[in-house]
Amino acid sequence: MIVSYFPGCTLKTKAQDLDMYARKCAEVLGVTLEEIDNWQCCGGVFTTVNNDAVTKLSSVRALDFARSKTQPLVSVCSACHNVLKQTNHAVQTDKAFADKVNLYMGNESPYDGSTQVYHYLEMLRDLVGFDAIKEKVVNPLKGKKIAAYYGCLLLRPSGVMQMDDPENPQIFEDLIRALGAEPVIYAMRNECCGGYVTMESPEFAAKKSKAITDNAASFGADMIVTACPLCKYNLEKNGNSVPVVYFTELLAEALGVKEDTQNA
Amino acid sequence: MHNDNTRLTQEIIRASGVNPSKCMKCGKCSATCPAYDEMEYHPHQFVYMVESGDLEPLMNSKSLYKCLSCFACIDRCPRGVEPAKLVEAVRFAVIRQQGADHMTPDDVPAKLNEDIPQQAIVSAFRKYRK
Repeated sequence: MIVSYFPGCTLKTKAQDLDMYARKCAEVLGVTLEEIDNWQCCGGVFTTVNNDAVTKLSSVRALDFARSKTQPLVSVCSACHNVLKQTNHAVQTDKAFADKVNLYMGNESPYDGSTQVYHYLEMLRDLVGFDAIKEKVVNPLKGKKIAAYYGCLLLRPSGVMQMDDPENPQIFEDLIRALGAEPVIYAMRNECCGGYVTMESPEFAAKKSKAITDNAASFGADMIVTACPLCKYNLEKNGNSVPVVYFTELLAEALGVKEDTQNA
Repeated sequence: MHNDNTRLTQEIIRASGVNPSKCMKCGKCSATCPAYDEMEYHPHQFVYMVESGDLEPLMNSKSLYKCLSCFACIDRCPRGVEPAKLVEAVRFAVIRQQGADHMTPDDVPAKLNEDIPQQAIVSAFRKYRK
């Protein structure tokens, strides 16, 4: 299976591990991530006002590229995924917005919102299947208690994202189980880490992040996994001693490609 | 506080797509807001202050820059009011004015450290700058 892949700015810089392990694991699972030509940064957050079309053009271009290949569009970063999915939804539901971006891009065939947008986790669940992943696990993560941190952007706004139940999600936990580890369910797994406000109010982000890591630790977590580079930064910078790891690294460990990658 | 702001109020309501009169004032948006303690005006106050055209205090408030865009109030509102969309529309009404950027490129170097991801910078710019 070949899918269009939107890595995003941070996966080329501070979060190269998130990207590298995503690619390695996809290969093992029989999925080719075909990186989009000349992709541009998604902008990190989706602006909700309905008269801000220009900042969404990079997402529309990525969506249109995937359509031209008749492939689903996959991203790993929670923020990229959120922006791509919300932009796609805006094209589908807001005709004025769709007309404006299509006029701007001047495509012969206007983009119609038809691309299927998947987060890498959704790709694992819906296109690969957790059972198939379980069969490929060579190094089951037995005895590890792992807390999945969803944060905001994977789940909300739930009407648009439609990844999982926004208040009681299980996609991450199902993956952790498939890898042989024990998921830790804790109250703050879908609360905000402080996000970009860490730029100007680091102490505010610190309060938010510390509450999350403390909550995970109080439920016995050995490790926290996330899909978002900014969540990882905030939780590591401000949290406790519980390590914060990208979920793709965990997957690579279970699939036995983590050492290969390091020795390569 | 009525007529002066009528046009701007209408523009904010239109750009946000929010209908503030659907609000039943239960306060769940503010109860779930992770930035509540940092805000002078809270999400439920945005809703009734925009509805009544009381914009000036909101436009001058630091609360505009404390919203984390976490979509918690949008998801958890039992009436589908989506208060964060109003916060964003008011913030845009401010930063779209000439010279009203809340953050400029010159501000960035002092806010960086070795580990901060690019995502934080681009996200802050998208929220704070036009």
